Amino acid sequence: MSQSEPYLKIGNLTKRFGDFTALSDVTLAVFEGEFVCFLGPSGCGKTTLLRAIAGLDIQTYGTVDQAGRDVSSLPPAERDFGIVFQSYALFPNLTIEKNIAYGLENLKQPASKIRDRVAELLQLVGMPEQGKKYPAQLSGGQQQRVALARAIAISPGLLLLDEPLSALDAKVRVKLRHEIKELQRKLGITTIMVTHDQEEALTMADRIVVINNGLIEQVGTPEQIYREPATRFVADFIGSMNFLPATKVSKNKVRIGQLEFSCSDAAGSAEITPDQPVHAAIRPEDILVGDASSNYIDATVDSIEFLGSFVRADLSSPQLDGLILLADFSANRVRSENLSAGSHIRISLPAESLLIYAE
Amino acid sequence: MLVFMGVIACYLVVALALPLYAILSKSFKNNDGEFVGLANYLEYFNTPSLTYSIQNSLTISIITTLISVTIAFTLAYGLSRSCMRLKGLFKIIALVPILVPSLLPGIALVYLFGRQGLIKELLFGHDIYGPIGIVISEVFFTLPHALIIIMTALSIADARLYEAAQSLNAGKVKTFFTVTLPGARYGLISAGFVVFTLTITDFGAPKVIGGDFNVLATDIYKQVIGQQNFEMGAVVSLILLLPAGVAFTVDRIMQRKQVALLSARAVAYEPKPSTSFDWIMFSWATIVSIFILTILGTCQYAALIKFYPYDLTLSLKNYQFDLMDGGGWESFYNSLELACWTAVIGTVLVFLGAYMVEKGKGFHLGRSLFQFLAMLPMAVPGLVLGLAYIFFFNSPNNPLNFLYHTMAILVISTVTHFYTVAHLTAVTALKQMDPEFESVASSLKTPFYRTFTRITVPVCLPAILDISIYLFVNAMTTVSAVVFLYGPHTSLASVAVLNMDDAGDIAPAAAMGMMIFYTNASVRILHGLLSRGVLRKTQSWRSR
Ligand SMILES: Nc1ncnc2c1ncn2[C@@H]1O[C@H](COP(=O)(O)OP(=O)(O)O)[C@@H](O)[C@H]1O
Ligand SMILES: [Mg+2]
Repeated sequence: MSQSEPYLKIGNLTKRFGDFTALSDVTLAVFEGEFVCFLGPSGCGKTTLLRAIAGLDIQTYGTVDQAGRDVSSLPPAERDFGIVFQSYALFPNLTIEKNIAYGLENLKQPASKIRDRVAELLQLVGMPEQGKKYPAQLSGGQQQRVALARAIAISPGLLLLDEPLSALDAKVRVKLRHEIKELQRKLGITTIMVTHDQEEALTMADRIVVINNGLIEQVGTPEQIYREPATRFVADFIGSMNFLPATKVSKNKVRIGQLEFSCSDAAGSAEITPDQPVHAAIRPEDILVGDASSNYIDATVDSIEFLGSFVRADLSSPQLDGLILLADFSANRVRSENLSAGSHIRISLPAESLLIYAE
Repeated sequence: MLVFMGVIACYLVVALALPLYAILSKSFKNNDGEFVGLANYLEYFNTPSLTYSIQNSLTISIITTLISVTIAFTLAYGLSRSCMRLKGLFKIIALVPILVPSLLPGIALVYLFGRQGLIKELLFGHDIYGPIGIVISEVFFTLPHALIIIMTALSIADARLYEAAQSLNAGKVKTFFTVTLPGARYGLISAGFVVFTLTITDFGAPKVIGGDFNVLATDIYKQVIGQQNFEMGAVVSLILLLPAGVAFTVDRIMQRKQVALLSARAVAYEPKPSTSFDWIMFSWATIVSIFILTILGTCQYAALIKFYPYDLTLSLKNYQFDLMDGGGWESFYNSLELACWTAVIGTVLVFLGAYMVEKGKGFHLGRSLFQFLAMLPMAVPGLVLGLAYIFFFNSPNNPLNFLYHTMAILVISTVTHFYTVAHLTAVTALKQMDPEFESVASSLKTPFYRTFTRITVPVCLPAILDISIYLFVNAMTTVSAVVFLYGPHTSLASVAVLNMDDAGDIAPAAAMGMMIFYTNASVRILHGLLSRGVLRKTQSWRSR
């Protein structure tokens, strides 16, 4: 993440399908060697943006600059990228070797050189012995690796991945996450991955671009996206979040029910004028037992749900006019505090974790 | 790529759209080429002997449709839902009629039920020449087409529905009416319309066995060949186009719904043995097979008998075609040549065309227009197409006029006549390919033609082989379009059957018909072996 010129610049990109606007006015910069995830619900325009970057579906307006070159209207063959699709699109009638060599054969290299490169790539993706097989003879995860090897075979400057893991079993998916990330780091290749799986994005990305309805909601590191969601949509989409109807009182004061709380002034809350109805938001795991901060209330545990390493509790308090708060407590905590349905506890909502969003 | 598409689109315009326009405009002109408005149509509707054919055609087609679809459905039901033996054999026999011209069953019926027929008593004094003969011939001719469609419809049945029905204690009969029939309904309707169209546009059967019973298709032939009244031929053609067009449109809608059913994830149904049911179905399949084999066998018998019914010794004299009118052996070789050209040129043209439509980008209007042109031939009866070609290509001011009477025009008309089914086969195969192959290839900087030859063609090879055999077989058997277009040196085997039968040389006509059968059967077998060989070599990836 150098401070120099970005490797890829997307400027005011809009894509329409007939009357329908799939992307509107998207502007984004990706730096050399970065791993960026496009994250958003299904149908929000992630694939459309990726295909515009690749030149597979040219945008209606806007520009794409790659490595200092304006590629906005170039066909895919004249751009510099490798791509992996959700379906892998391996050529079924060619062996694994031939699939990987497919792009190399255009470069007019001697056969021995191609063979060496294919062997090297097979080694790289951990399948050194499988070159003679056909795609149908491989497992989903192996096909995925082959598709990746084929995409990076011609050493492209940019690697595009469209939901590469979504067709796989949960276990394989987690394993491949690490493999892909590892490979990307080793090669230092600038990578954009599309996913609707927030866990995938949070674990793999250097930066995440959250997209909704064809608009960029937020760009930031996984930490920023999780800790300081810029919009109500991001707050809701990533992780779980309590939303409580509230009223802004002053710069970092908010009233929920009958109580006033200090709150964070991050997340664009500066634009909200006092006395405006807002939503106060806090993640269940940020709610603490005890009066560690001045933002505390007395609550009743309505019910408790055991979720393995932690427990999710439904809390309510007369001071909050009957609003329900979800809180996650560690299993140890529950045991030491002896919490169960009907218990009365004091909880605090740390100010830096209490965010507010306009209604 | 656009250039290719332009070329094929031009082909369809010249070989289809312009001739159809020519026949349309001809129907509004008099013999001297002057515009006379609806005069020809008025004359047509004021000539009862002509309008009577409309009723005849509709009656024949509806009766044939009911009988043929019923037989096809019951047979398909037995083949897919019972555990009877010899299923493979029954299927092969039921598909035999595809390999012979529609003239052939008529000839067999003459031998069986004609004035000196072998078993004419079975008709109890009714005349085989007329509606009875036509219907029997058409049932024979249309059965395989209906069977294929209905088999497909039944084969996509979802086993889970049957299990559900069983768990609800539904009996066999109730299950049939609540699960089987609804599941196959689009297939049944579609088969009905296909049979209807084939029958109403067929000209071979009514020509051979129709006697004085006139139908629209024979009227066109008589107006043109008999009376040289081309304008009236054009009028009848357009009237024939109407029901065929309607049937075609409905069929397309049905097929689309069927496809929607197909894509749902179903669990294949496995029939369980049931002694009585299996035996009933086995007997039924045997009866249908005997019907088909009797027709074919009678033709073979007729071809080998010296002089029926006076000299029943066997001989090959009827195969000495050079001694008869009809073009002799040359017409057989011409047919072979036509079939080969049609298969090669047609397959290339059709597959490239389908590829452009499916994989092309942008240029939406052009592609929809192309798709429409590709579907149109199905709705155009062969006779109408042939007549349209006369008007278009034989016109003295057409620069393509030199094509008339040549092998080239026969190839063009045949490729065009059978374009639609071939096109749909190709499109289906292309649709099954991952749409991202092209995207990946372009990201790997591979030109589209390399991906086309290395990936698309090999993956679609089974479909390509199917298209070529389909075109070959149909080129061998077709009569309707080419009957107007052949010349002194380009007579064809199927036309020879027609002409020899017309001249009273029925036995040689049967012999020539059997030559077509042998050829198609051999090519079919060869094609089967070849496909298997090629598949084993190039498609090893299909097996896991
Ligand atoms: N070729 C197309 N024609 C019309 N609409 C399209 C086309 N491709 C995508 N869309 C629409 O654009 C929106 C975004 O699609 P896409 O980028 O594929 O979403 P996703 O974020 O799930 O990848 C969707 O509503 C989709 O229906
Ligand atoms: Mg997508």
